[in-house]
Amino acid sequence: MTHQFPALSPEQKKALSDIAQRIVASGKGILAADESVGTMGNRLQRINVENTEENRRAFREILFTSDTSINQSIGGVILFHETLYQKDSTGKPFTALIKEKGIVVGIKLDKGTAPLAGTNGETTIQGLDGLAERCAQYKKDGVDFGKWRAVLKITSTTPSQLAIQENANALARYASICQQNGLVPIVEPEVLPDGDHDLQRCQYVTEKVLAAVYKALNDHHVYLEGTLLKPNMVTAGHSCTKKYTPQDVAVATVTTLLRTVPAAVPGICFLSGGQSEEEASLNLNAMNQSPLPKPWKLTFSYGRALQASALAAWLGKSENKKAAQEAFRKRAQINSLACRGQYVLSGKTDTAATQSLFTASYTY
Amino acid sequence: MTHQHPALTTEQKKELSDIALRIVAPGKGILAADESVGHMAKRLNQIGVENTEENRRLYRQILFSADSRVKKCIGGVIFFHETMYQKADDGTPFVQMIKDKGIVVGIKVDKGVVPLAGTDGETTTQGLDGLWERCAQYKKDGADFAKWRCVLKISENTPSPLAIMENANVLARYASICQQNGIVPIVEPEILPDGDHDLKRCQYVTEKVLAAVYKALSDHHVYLEGTLLKPNMVTPGHSCPTKYSPEEIAMATVTALRRTVPPAVPGVTFLSGGQSEEEASINLNAINTCPLVRPWALTFSYGRALQASALSAWRGQRDNASAATEEFVKRAEVNGLAALGKYEGSGDDSGAAGQSLYVANHAY
Repeated sequence: MTHQFPALSPEQKKALSDIAQRIVASGKGILAADESVGTMGNRLQRINVENTEENRRAFREILFTSDTSINQSIGGVILFHETLYQKDSTGKPFTALIKEKGIVVGIKLDKGTAPLAGTNGETTIQGLDGLAERCAQYKKDGVDFGKWRAVLKITSTTPSQLAIQENANALARYASICQQNGLVPIVEPEVLPDGDHDLQRCQYVTEKVLAAVYKALNDHHVYLEGTLLKPNMVTAGHSCTKKYTPQDVAVATVTTLLRTVPAAVPGICFLSGGQSEEEASLNLNAMNQSPLPKPWKLTFSYGRALQASALAAWLGKSENKKAAQEAFRKRAQINSLACRGQYVLSGKTDTAATQSLFTASYTY
Repeated sequence: MTHQHPALTTEQKKELSDIALRIVAPGKGILAADESVGHMAKRLNQIGVENTEENRRLYRQILFSADSRVKKCIGGVIFFHETMYQKADDGTPFVQMIKDKGIVVGIKVDKGVVPLAGTDGETTTQGLDGLWERCAQYKKDGADFAKWRCVLKISENTPSPLAIMENANVLARYASICQQNGIVPIVEPEILPDGDHDLKRCQYVTEKVLAAVYKALSDHHVYLEGTLLKPNMVTPGHSCPTKYSPEEIAMATVTALRRTVPPAVPGVTFLSGGQSEEEASINLNAINTCPLVRPWALTFSYGRALQASALSAWRGQRDNASAATEEFVKRAEVNGLAALGKYEGSGDDSGAAGQSLYVANHAY
């Protein structure tokens, strides 16, 4: 560790830092619309819509043709590869639709999980092969950030030392390659909510995982000011019998982050991990209201928790487009308020918003 | 990394956290008066005073007789073992004199550096044997915090991965043992200013060292809210031909800390490392007016940079005692202001305050 061989020039650093700041600008978060074909299948099945390329395109069009004012709540959108090259019904590319609203375009870069032999069903993530070339191409095609999801699970014997270290290392390699190609890497080390463990156990594991992630990022010379973190909130396992309030979740989560995430990281965009739309907003709100210090932005990168109501309103019918857009706009605005700790629960709860979106051992 | 086996109870954590916050309360820092017998020899030599136990006692009495003005700017004093059990002329134990001013008592617990075979003159620090029992005794005798100094050096081939890893590990073991005994550990990974390297090189090395330190602390289950960090400021080497402003030093230092020190750490108490009294104050002030977000207290833990003027004023003469104490109080107040970013500089670079206190390859 003697000499520095700068990985990035000052201009490259500034460009990355500017992108990251734009994504998590005050009151803004990320729409994670990067569901793979298989995962879109799950979503569409719930509303009895066939999983065709056209249906996938049609639903994303609904989201991306939202009124421009959506840019007050949405700073970035993560796309799946197929979606990056799709167009709306007038032939306008989705990337153009998104960018003209001043929203940053991102791309899912990982290629899913691969088993770690000799472990208790643990995995690492593949996708490093040819990643530099893919990043360079995506950058040309309008993308400014990437996302890579690593997955860890809590059981009596997991996550193991190997799983933590291997996933942290892969995340750091991915992050390094992204930055070399002008893409801000969103680093996602998801600790799944599956299990009956309590809040404290999740906090302990999350602290260990994040400490390993930031050590790996440092070892790989990643420029932290040009990254974002997408962690799980610290919550009890889904089958845990004890119930916790949003304030409990907020304190446990923020404490964990204070112990592991350097202040240089501009923003932390939580995944919703199976929480209902309302739960995800209330928890984010509680974090931003917490008196604990928060040197990074605390915002959202929600998939299901931003889209459930919109899907339920759409039901695959084009005449429901406005209703679906309104449902999406509402959730986006609520989460924007939650980013500022200003979300006041109205008392009216609609079914889709509170329905748990948990799918066991979720992989998307 | 599956299960937590809590290292500390909630009450133990609260006690440690409270102690740490008292030491680094706004406008307060630490007087490092823990020079070993050998190092006091060098100090006393410079003013022509014999290194006897009585002279060391008389000298510390000068510092500890400071009036109530120091209550606002000194949060903690680090003692050497001998000094913990010495008394003032009127029989009042030094420990009591300090505690009566509402200042926290600390103790140096390391036992100096030892070579790492197979490296280019690198070292680790010893002192772990029987540390538990020593901490328990010091706690009974009035100490609430401790200090342990590790030393790293910048040269063509250093610091090596072994030196970084070994020193980080020993710091973490020390910290863990302290906390078990109700003592707040000050973690000091000093990177010496010896050499001709530039500011950037020091920043790079400091980032690598601090990342390793915090990973080790996490691995050893150390409670960060109950620790303090005592790092070097990021500065060029002493023989570097390029000159840098306090603002450049501040930027480099705060950036390095933002990238590595979790916000949960309540305070960073810089060592002065051979800087003159005035330099150390000016740099600390610049650090506290740096435009970057700083989630920890940034203050001082100065030895030479608080005592040089007092020593010169004393010159071993009892008649000079009050004048010497006054010099100390003056520097303490100046650094208290610097810790708040409110010090405007003396404009006076002459005399003891401006004299460089650099001693080649300093080991104290």
